[in-house]
Amino acid sequence: MWSSLPLFPEQASTLAHQVDNLYFFLVALTAFFSTLIAVLVVVFAVKYRRTHAAQVGAPITGSVPLELMWSIIPFGIAMVIFAWSANVYFNMARPPDESMEIYAVGKRWMWKFQHIGGRREINELHVPIGRPVKVTMTSEDVIHDLYLPNFRVKADVIPGRYSTIWFEATKRGEYHLFCAEYCGTKHSAMIGRVVVMEPTEYQAWLSGGGGEMSLAARGERMFQELACHTCHLPDASGRGPSLQGLFGSQVKLADGRTVTADEGYVRESILNPQAKLVAGYQPLMPTFQGLVNEEALMGLIEYVKSLPPAAGAPTGTAPQPATPQGERKPQ
Amino acid sequence: MTTPLLPREHYLNIRYGILSWLLTKDHKRIALLYLISVTAFFFLGGFFAVLIRLELATPAGDMVSSDTYNKLFTMHGVIMVFFFLIPSIPAVLGNFLIPMMIGAKDLAFPRLNLLSWYIYMLGGTFTMWAVIVGGVDTGWTFYTPYSTAASNTNVVATGLGVFITGFSSILTGLNFIVTIHRMRAPGLTWFRLPLFVWAHYATSLIFILGTPVIAITVLLLAVERGLHIGIFDPALGGDPVLFQHLFWFYSHPAVYIMVLPSMGVVSEVVACFSRKNIFGYSFVAFSSLAIAVFGFLVWAHHMFVAGMSVYAAMIFSFLSYAVAIPSAVKVFNWTATLYKGSISWQAPLLFVFGFLGLFTIGGMTGLFLAALAIDVHVHDTYFIVAHFHYIMVGGAIMGYMAGLHFWWPKITGRMYPEGWAKFSALVIFIGFNLTFFPQFVLGYLGMPRRYHAYPEEFQVLNVMSSAGASILAVGYVIPMVYFLWSLRYGRAAGPNPWGATGLEWTTQSPPLTENFPMTPVVTEGAYEYSRREMRVV
Repeated sequence: MWSSLPLFPEQASTLAHQVDNLYFFLVALTAFFSTLIAVLVVVFAVKYRRTHAAQVGAPITGSVPLELMWSIIPFGIAMVIFAWSANVYFNMARPPDESMEIYAVGKRWMWKFQHIGGRREINELHVPIGRPVKVTMTSEDVIHDLYLPNFRVKADVIPGRYSTIWFEATKRGEYHLFCAEYCGTKHSAMIGRVVVMEPTEYQAWLSGGGGEMSLAARGERMFQELACHTCHLPDASGRGPSLQGLFGSQVKLADGRTVTADEGYVRESILNPQAKLVAGYQPLMPTFQGLVNEEALMGLIEYVKSLPPAAGAPTGTAPQPATPQGERKPQ
Repeated sequence: MTTPLLPREHYLNIRYGILSWLLTKDHKRIALLYLISVTAFFFLGGFFAVLIRLELATPAGDMVSSDTYNKLFTMHGVIMVFFFLIPSIPAVLGNFLIPMMIGAKDLAFPRLNLLSWYIYMLGGTFTMWAVIVGGVDTGWTFYTPYSTAASNTNVVATGLGVFITGFSSILTGLNFIVTIHRMRAPGLTWFRLPLFVWAHYATSLIFILGTPVIAITVLLLAVERGLHIGIFDPALGGDPVLFQHLFWFYSHPAVYIMVLPSMGVVSEVVACFSRKNIFGYSFVAFSSLAIAVFGFLVWAHHMFVAGMSVYAAMIFSFLSYAVAIPSAVKVFNWTATLYKGSISWQAPLLFVFGFLGLFTIGGMTGLFLAALAIDVHVHDTYFIVAHFHYIMVGGAIMGYMAGLHFWWPKITGRMYPEGWAKFSALVIFIGFNLTFFPQFVLGYLGMPRRYHAYPEEFQVLNVMSSAGASILAVGYVIPMVYFLWSLRYGRAAGPNPWGATGLEWTTQSPPLTENFPMTPVVTEGAYEYSRREMRVV
């Protein structure tokens, strides 16, 4: 029976041991303080047990030095945990610049993953060992949550916006993939597996899909079909701004603000074009709400990402590193 | 020592008949109305919990359907949180004791007090109606857009029940605050108040400041669901995360509504059964207020993985550590109170020992969750489920049980059977730990909460948890039986069976309708045990 009693999950990502070290520290701290309180309570309760009916306790009312001690020491310990955990959290929230990108869409009750090269899969996620992977996610319906316990990462997958997780797998194998945000009838069936492969195996797997178009190429086709290219010309002569080199640059808006052109910005500009109107352009663009689904949007974003800065165009600011999870504009 | 007899006239026998209860303005009778109602809700919520644990004894979802399972944990949560835990100690023990502890005849607004019970029952009726006509499946958290756009269950009826019951909380809080300010006996200064009263003062602040927010939130939810006005649903132009902010702005402080009154009970019981002053009275008193204030500033720690900026997350993590300190201070003070006491191992103290152990573990595991990096891993897993049950069941209900036993002689005039009570304290403690400790392990292993079916590797721990739940259930049924038994067969308690200080013990048990024959005058602090010649009467 005890062989089937697991106590601790396998560590399969570079983040896992960082989280677990803090966890062990806290387990030790909890054991120490719980034991301390339990021992004191039991010792006092036995030692000072009432021996005759009229006995009363000693006239002690308190001690300010003791109160200060047991306020300040726990606060100090709490600050150590706070700083330690915030540090690890920063590592979790900032994907390395060289991360490989994967897109994910949650819908009741399945996970759809799109690799940049074009391969798509459902409820399975194939990733290589030793390479940071950034998953950009959204939902088609309610809030879901992509949870990879062996990698110690999760993030809510929220309709109408993008969230991200990143991890670098360290061990070959198959691991759980759960939906961790309650989403209705088959919430507990919205599960799958992460398959961690050697890089060469992964390359073989990627090309084994039967010649799908790359995600950017699908996006480009969509760009033509929706006639985006009639206004967004490669140079600045169109009715809409040029998209060459747009992704990651700073965009000046008509209302004077400056925003970073990240995935959330591109998504919003397609679905709600007037929300962040680029300076110098008229509010002419119609909304594409209802015309493009989440997966098509991801293709369009990937296409925009693929557009190099136009030759001779004023060099905008350099692409920004990917923004941390959640630091995107709300809808 | 002569055996005490029941007094000839008291609040229970002064009038008979159903109307004498349904139209009563006596805070003690209203407390008993609440006691009967919250007990009924407790056993109903517990029944749902038993079904949940039965289902989870096997990995496959094979006992009930997924939809039924989802309704079970939703109804368990809604009933336990809104109809048992929140009203339990304040509306039963607070109602009964606050006027008695401050030497008053009643609460400041007796009619309002009765109205609060009717509002509570009306809210309960709406929720029960929702259960009977098919239940609700959103989880007690009602997260959008699931609750407004996807669920096809009775969300609005349940929400209306929660909305209505909220007004009962607001009125009770208002009543307590006015009563504590205006109706204290001569000489009863703020720093002579029992800590139970301080705890309820802090709780009442949360009642009146927090509850309107959940009322508005539920109303907005109903507006979106019924009228399709986009507030939370992104498909209608809303923001789903806004709902979570509003929901937790109330529902995090609500945790302190559940646990602060319990802390008040612990202070009374520890002082009485060690016959000592509470160690650091003013620190314990102010820590209640500190918890009530800081408790309003930590709500977003429920949302660390919901797409918050890292800097916002850091602020809420920091504030969550700040709110942990006053709770730690209380635990240290209670422990120090035992030092050089005259400690009597009676059942109420055993329940308090249970509280100290379980609340310490519950509080310490809160530090895990406030730690951003660990929260990312354990958020929405069984680790959370274990943590909040240690606080709400291990903390709040242990305190409630301690209080029920401690004041049972005052409420009914009769003693419960001490041996059985000690036995049930032990059974509850063991059953509780066996139920919920394995869930910490399950959570860190990665088992998400609200799962109808789960991978096989989690089965052993789930079986342990289900076995514990059956022990826990027995532990709660035993007191139900002997409390009822004692109503008829318990020996008469006398005015002060524990030799306790406190004004409520200076009058007969059960008390007169007007509590005291004449208004008491207070000349000393609440816990001057060590200055007293002890005489149990």
